[in-house]
Amino acid sequence: MGRIWAMIVKELLVVLRDPKGRTVLVMPPLIQLFVFTFATTLDVKNVDLAVLDQSRGAQSVELVQRLAGSPNFREIRMLHSMAELEQAIDRQEVLGALVIEQDFDRRLARGEPVQVGLVLDGRRSNAAQIVNGYVGQVAAGMNADAIPQLREGGARVTHWFNPSLDFIWFTLPSLIVIITSVAGLAITSQSVSREREMGTFDQLLVAPLHAHEIIIGKIVPPVLVGCFNGTLFMILAQLVFGVPYTGSLLVFFPCLLLYMLSLIGIGLFVSSLSMTQQQSFLGSFVVTNPIMILSGYASPIENMPEWLQTLTYINPARYFLVIVQGLFLKAMPLAAVLQQAWPLALIALVTLYAAGRLFRARME
Amino acid sequence: MSVPLIRFDWRRLSAMMRKEFAQISRDPSTFLIALFMPLLLLFMFGYGVSLDTSGTRIALVVEDDSAQAMQLTQSYRASPYFKADILRNRQEARARMVASEIRGMVVIPQDFGRTVLSGRIPEIQIVTDGSQPNMAQFVAAHAQGVFQSWLGAEGLADMPAAPQIEVSARYWFNPGLKSRYFLVPGSIAIVMTMIGTLLTALVVAREWERGTMEAIMATPVSMTEFIASKILPYYLLALASMTLCTVLGVTIFELPFRGSVLALYAIASAFLMPALGLGLFISSATKNQFVASQMALLASFLPTFLLSGFIYEISSMPLPIQAITYLVPARYLIPSLQTVFLTGDIWGQFLPNIGIMLLFGLFFFRLSFRATRRSLD
Repeated sequence: MGRIWAMIVKELLVVLRDPKGRTVLVMPPLIQLFVFTFATTLDVKNVDLAVLDQSRGAQSVELVQRLAGSPNFREIRMLHSMAELEQAIDRQEVLGALVIEQDFDRRLARGEPVQVGLVLDGRRSNAAQIVNGYVGQVAAGMNADAIPQLREGGARVTHWFNPSLDFIWFTLPSLIVIITSVAGLAITSQSVSREREMGTFDQLLVAPLHAHEIIIGKIVPPVLVGCFNGTLFMILAQLVFGVPYTGSLLVFFPCLLLYMLSLIGIGLFVSSLSMTQQQSFLGSFVVTNPIMILSGYASPIENMPEWLQTLTYINPARYFLVIVQGLFLKAMPLAAVLQQAWPLALIALVTLYAAGRLFRARME
Repeated sequence: MSVPLIRFDWRRLSAMMRKEFAQISRDPSTFLIALFMPLLLLFMFGYGVSLDTSGTRIALVVEDDSAQAMQLTQSYRASPYFKADILRNRQEARARMVASEIRGMVVIPQDFGRTVLSGRIPEIQIVTDGSQPNMAQFVAAHAQGVFQSWLGAEGLADMPAAPQIEVSARYWFNPGLKSRYFLVPGSIAIVMTMIGTLLTALVVAREWERGTMEAIMATPVSMTEFIASKILPYYLLALASMTLCTVLGVTIFELPFRGSVLALYAIASAFLMPALGLGLFISSATKNQFVASQMALLASFLPTFLLSGFIYEISSMPLPIQAITYLVPARYLIPSLQTVFLTGDIWGQFLPNIGIMLLFGLFFFRLSFRATRRSLD
């Protein structure tokens, strides 16, 4: 026990001794917290739209005014020709352009339905689709005012767990997953290869320590840093950003620990394979990317092809993401958490075991 | 004992570059990042990140036994957007939604059939899982769409002839709205950032950490030669990696390439200047591989990913963050890359962007010259 303790103290000193290293453990996650939170919205706001109004009647002016009044658009630029329109879109000065034909007002006056063309920049296809939705809403609003029957009956939409679909309520819980992973993988993967590069690995081998004692010593610092960052983020999410936490804290921490362990297993594995810090850093970077991108955060897992969906079952982030989102917003009950937690435990067991085996093999 | 700055000799440079290339080719991790990483990124963005949703799991809670309710149920089941399970009560659907097994539910209430028979528009409830706002919006929109078209088929949505405006959208440059059309140029930006900044920062930080920097400084190599010998190999490596991405993007992912090769290389080269300069600066300022790697991630990888307009719309961000994006070189790269692939050569857009990127490059190189010189004293 005393030996393990000494090993843990030594490893913690390695991580925390250097002031630059200390800063790097806490500052980047905090910067990421703020940048991620504010930058990663898939809402589309402040869009610049162009209008080529060839009708210039009461109705077309009404339509343009309604667009200008919509909070989603920043500037409505009036154009005078198709050539202008082409240039504005080509140079990405506007995201879309509405083309109102000459007979727009005449047809509406005769009571005929009329089409307006909306040219959108497909280079930014996501934003373009959302803008299409906004323009459609404005047109539907005009229609509904003209035809009262369109307003009754129909579908009533409710959003559970996040009634106003606040994007921050999604981003912050997910960030806990991302930030703890980056810390867990980066620190662990560096720990063995640094000793090897510095030549202190040999000293470790001749020290009176068993392989499992060394490994436990390597596991503790990243677990502590990950849990510290995870807890800090959880508190900030609630206090600063007002994201509700509805689940049980007693469930959250064991799951965080399981998740950290499964990542540390992967990190140790990479570290034991690498001969230099550069290799372990780049290796962990290459591993981190698919873990994050295929976790269901970047895009839903069910959108992926079948075979790739199967592959995500070995991704620990997939389970932890569901747990964190569930505990924050959905008051996820223990049974549902366990459903996600047991694969996590299994992955932790397998990766730690494999890393231990590899580590021991490398020692000899 | 100051190191002369301007002295330049091709023989010395080529010797230094040979050393650098030997290091690159001996370390498998450079190939990991220069060859494997682009493949992995393209592959993940090509297959893994898809915002084109289909087959979303939802529950249909059918509380009405009428023929009309059955027809609507069939419409939902036939929709390619949904995979719908039929449930009898809302509690079960809620439990499934809490467990994230379904993304939403559609409730067809008891009086549904009767309302239809009396000739009025019936009401249904659409409930989504708001914990994933995008998905929620998508489910709501498509569930409403299915209902509307069912109403239309039933003849209930036939409105009296009255003014009605319909918006018909056309998407230029990407009529099929394939998200890989913007993901591939984005991957190119990320790969060039990784090689330009991350790898360079690591390699030079290692020289400092191991003390081989002093050894180099003791040789007659000048600062300019030293920096050129670090920059050129990684510049070439980054361009090779970019070329690989482009070729794969065009052949396997069927991305159109409407601009010219000249424009592509001009844009890429301009972007690599600030990328390499930043990498050099970080390594000289930190002199420690771990710190350098974390700084490089924070100062280059994340901004390229988050603040360049690659995935997230800059105009939607709060103003202070929008202001920060002007300091991110990738912000000037992404639109130019998208244009060179999807639109063609729009030099009116390229030239200002290239100019700004080169200015950033100049700035970072000056910084790293200073940082390196100062630390020698």
